[in-house]
Amino acid sequence: MTAAVQTGAAGFLARYQGLKDHLPGARLAWLAALRADAAAHVAARGFPTRRVEAWKYTDLSPVAQAGFAEPLTAVAGALTLPKPRAAARAVFVDGRFRADLSALNGLAYRVASVAQHLPELEGRLGALAPLAEHPMTALNTLIFEDGLVVDVPAGVDAGHLELLSIAVDPGRPFAFHPRHIIRLGAGAKLTLLETAMGSGAQYLHNPVFEIDLAEGAVLTHGRAQQEGEAAFHLSMIHARIAAEARYDTMAVSAGARLTRMEIHAALTGPKASCHMNSAQLAAGRALVDTTTALDHAAPDCASRQTCKTVLAGQSRGVFQGKILVRREAQKTDGYQMNQALLLSEEAEMDSKPQLEIYADDVKCSHGATIGALDADSLFYLRSRGVPVDQARSMLVQAFLHEAFEGLEDDMLREALTEAVDGWWGRHGAAS
Amino acid sequence: MLEIKGLTAEVDGKPILKGIDLVVPQGEVHAIMGPNGSGKSTLSYVLSGRDGYEATGGEALFHGQDLLAMEPEERAAAGVFLAFQYPVELPGVGNATFLRTALNAIRRAKGESELDAMQFLKLARERMKALSMNDEMLKRGVNVGFSGGEKKRNEILQMALLQPKLAILDETDSGLDIDALKIVADGVNAMRGPNFSALVITHYQRLLDYIVPDRVHVLMGGRIVRSGGPDLAKELEAQGYGAIQAAA
Ligand SMILES: Nc1ncnc2c1ncn2[C@@H]1O[C@H](COP(=O)(O)OP(=O)(O)OP(=O)(O)O)[C@@H](O)[C@H]1O
Ligand SMILES: [Mg+2]
Repeated sequence: MTAAVQTGAAGFLARYQGLKDHLPGARLAWLAALRADAAAHVAARGFPTRRVEAWKYTDLSPVAQAGFAEPLTAVAGALTLPKPRAAARAVFVDGRFRADLSALNGLAYRVASVAQHLPELEGRLGALAPLAEHPMTALNTLIFEDGLVVDVPAGVDAGHLELLSIAVDPGRPFAFHPRHIIRLGAGAKLTLLETAMGSGAQYLHNPVFEIDLAEGAVLTHGRAQQEGEAAFHLSMIHARIAAEARYDTMAVSAGARLTRMEIHAALTGPKASCHMNSAQLAAGRALVDTTTALDHAAPDCASRQTCKTVLAGQSRGVFQGKILVRREAQKTDGYQMNQALLLSEEAEMDSKPQLEIYADDVKCSHGATIGALDADSLFYLRSRGVPVDQARSMLVQAFLHEAFEGLEDDMLREALTEAVDGWWGRHGAAS
Repeated sequence: MLEIKGLTAEVDGKPILKGIDLVVPQGEVHAIMGPNGSGKSTLSYVLSGRDGYEATGGEALFHGQDLLAMEPEERAAAGVFLAFQYPVELPGVGNATFLRTALNAIRRAKGESELDAMQFLKLARERMKALSMNDEMLKRGVNVGFSGGEKKRNEILQMALLQPKLAILDETDSGLDIDALKIVADGVNAMRGPNFSALVITHYQRLLDYIVPDRVHVLMGGRIVRSGGPDLAKELEAQGYGAIQAAA
């Protein structure tokens, strides 16, 4: 017998109640307490509505109204994975780590399943991820099953690592909530390519990253969000960046019907820096949302952010970018640019830059533009014989160009360019 | 061969071209002169198919094909090339990518094989050398940060690569220094031959010392009010448009 699947926060709480003795780490008191705390937050707040300021532009009601079940455990039959882009690769299927599909042997650092290492994550899991303000982090904490733990020891250059999430369950709507815990020791380096893809089924992918960079560490994080067309992708990154460390992230959001990629990063030591670029693309009735909060908490730090949004059909785009410069963060160098290109008159963009500056000696600039494809540019290309579809594609790429600037890693550049091209191939000609 | 008959056109609902009659036989170079605002650029846009420059009457045939019914890229593929009075900047589009994309689009349309990056570079460098252009201009965004004269040279480079049958040069000489003027004129003269014709729009007789036209036409108030040989340009230089207006 099967009971009707409940929807909204109640549905997740019911799942938690049913599963809590079986979730990984169920016998760990600290984790049980953390999950109970998350349950209290989820119960008290539910899914945020548009009356909540941080969710003013992004309506989660389609997520709240869907009833999500557990993904089925083992997937029978062969899986076609995209070709590996790096020698080291961690693969998650429906949110669960698959050692059999991963390639993680002989690495000079540790990459492993969170589910299998929970006892040693006490004090670390949750340390960077406050539950109170972040409903999606609370939901993840409530019910996460697995994730990736990455530990790069001080001084080690870990090279490239691929984190691939693939959703394959063809059945009823399902949800998974991976929790990824990444730490780079002093002076360590890692280039991470995160790819999220999936079938046409309705599913919710709700990953939370906790990223901790020690002094002088450098994490370059490329993200290719290529979920199935009916998917919900609600991701959260909590990052702490110590003195002279650098966190560079470039996200391409090119799938899912509803996407929010949210980043909360804190620059906690002098000369830390953060680049957060994104190219978000939507067509049809999809919604894409980039929400970021950058906390300049130390002097001499730099942050750069370029968010480019391309909207076709009746899609909607959201950019919310907060930069907080605390009183002690003198000599902050901050730059934020968000630009939207509307390929259709029915597409809509909401953008909300927010600068809060309490230090007096800072250099912070920001800008925003919304516009259509430039008719003169289009004519110039066509007058040279370039067919109209190709001309439009070239101008969209040119529009995105600035978001890709500074992305020097060939592997990331190739993967992210392909994500954009794939989107254009599916939606460009029709837009 | 370009045959324009009774061509009328509007911009923003305002009639600008009021009945243009003009024939440019194959292999000939014709100059068009005329006061500011007389409709010279409008004519070039109508012929190349820019949105907003709508023909309201008459016809324009290119080797017998109805130009006005074609998309801009089809006109380019048929061999029509416009060197813009104000070349457009395309930030984020590399000049090399732009030139190669255009060249390959035209080659595809002609049924020729496309050039790969190496073949293209070789050809582009050769053509750039002839125009005294620095290779470095291939690396920049299209016309981005180019000086006025550099933009005009980039237009001529495109012409030299695309090898059109009809080039419409809209004030390609303005903004060029004396040496550049000669270089650009040499570039045009190098293309002259039985399969190439050109409409050279200019304000200055000097360009026509270098590119000697077969015919000169005066466009005023949306009509060709006078046509003549190369000497007509000299007469205009000496007397201005007032005398022609009075006579017309
Ligand atoms: N996009 C436009 N919107 C409104 N009016 C226009 C537009 N383009 C051209 N016009 C008008 O059409 C008329 C002809 O302009 P055009 O640019 O063809 O002149 P021109 O002969 O090329 O002049 P010049 O020698 O200054 O380049 C002018 O009165 C101009 O203001
Ligand atoms: Mg003009």
